[in-house]
Amino acid sequence: MAEELKLFRSWSSPYALRVVHALKIKGLEFETVVEDLKNKSASLLEYNPTYKKVPILVHKGRPICESLVILEYIDETWKQSPLLPQNPYDRAMARFWAKFGEDKVFPSIWSVFVSQGKDQEGAMAQAAGNLKYLEEQLKGKKFFGGESIGYLDIAFGWMANLISILEEIADLKLIDAETFPCLSAWMNNFADDPVIKECWPPRDKMIEKFKAMREPYLKQGA
Amino acid sequence: MAEVQVYGVWCSAFVRRVEMGLKMKRVEYEYIEEDLKNKSDLLLKYNPIYKKVPVMLHNRNVLVESLIILEYIDEVWEGPPILPKDPYERARARFLAKFIDDKLPSMWKACWSAGEEREKLIVETREALKILENELKGKKFFGGDSIGLVDITANFIAGWFLGLHESVGLQIMTQENFPNLMKWAEEYSGNSFIKENMPDKEKLVAHYKILKTGAQS
Repeated sequence: MAEELKLFRSWSSPYALRVVHALKIKGLEFETVVEDLKNKSASLLEYNPTYKKVPILVHKGRPICESLVILEYIDETWKQSPLLPQNPYDRAMARFWAKFGEDKVFPSIWSVFVSQGKDQEGAMAQAAGNLKYLEEQLKGKKFFGGESIGYLDIAFGWMANLISILEEIADLKLIDAETFPCLSAWMNNFADDPVIKECWPPRDKMIEKFKAMREPYLKQGA
Repeated sequence: MAEVQVYGVWCSAFVRRVEMGLKMKRVEYEYIEEDLKNKSDLLLKYNPIYKKVPVMLHNRNVLVESLIILEYIDEVWEGPPILPKDPYERARARFLAKFIDDKLPSMWKACWSAGEEREKLIVETREALKILENELKGKKFFGGDSIGLVDITANFIAGWFLGLHESVGLQIMTQENFPNLMKWAEEYSGNSFIKENMPDKEKLVAHYKILKTGAQS
């Protein structure tokens, strides 16, 4: 195969999905190795000895780790369908918001999912505050990247799939169309994009997995 | 108003990273010292989410987060490159920079904690340093022959971490267990750009001695 691309992933990792999305948007062929994270392969441990995690993109035998680092590598190596903006300041802002997603957005949403009662109310307020920033960023735009999906859309792509799953399990609404019209529209546009649509992991398996992840927290709270 | 402004505090390694990047590119800038116990309105306006330094202003652009600022500096100004040219090497540099930033909090905590917690943090710190030690095999700098993103990101280790070793009496990173890193720290600190960019060592040591006394009392 021309490009010699191999992606180590798990069936559900949202970080690995970022890489899948990027590769598909660029129209790149790649081989997939699905890892069982409870029984990591020798290859995984060899390619990512530092963190021992997925995703790992191996290109011509050389491994690249950390999903956001991989996205930048893909964008710099293959010039078609650019993921990051051209302008240095816009690039810096895309990187900033992606970091904000990791530092603040995901942890705050996770807190809502695993907490209960008064704690959950507090967590909801915190998450809403973070989501308001994203809502602002999307005003007047179809995607964070503008007219087409870019780096930041891919960085936040996990939301388009996972939010509704967490909402269903915890029986609450994290992102409603009234409070977050732009974000809600974005989630639909991203999730339904023809390239993205075919990549989502099976919903019933995801619900089962996240239900199980939530259990220990519910027992703690009881 | 100067074209470039940096809001910082004298003792922050993160702020010095940004200054290092600007100095490497020979970019003139105005430096504004902040008081973190009494943050200015401007700082809170420019960085409402994290409320931290460094903040860099370039014309009308407001930038925060030191590693993001370094990439911006590298893309905007000509001069010695901060990141390598090759995409794989760039990915490697970004990975290591992120790794260092991930490990900094425990390195820092290792200097200030005690008892069992401290022992745990020291083990964690040494594991992280081992990875950097191996990375330096056969190289003068993480960037190769010249200073690059990873060297600048690791500035905390060369200046602050070793400075703390002296003032707090630590034995986490020594010549014996990390010879490559110790040599790198010497090379890094000896570089003329860095020398003028590091906070005064005696001032730092004294500052930490006060903090340590405060932490213990």
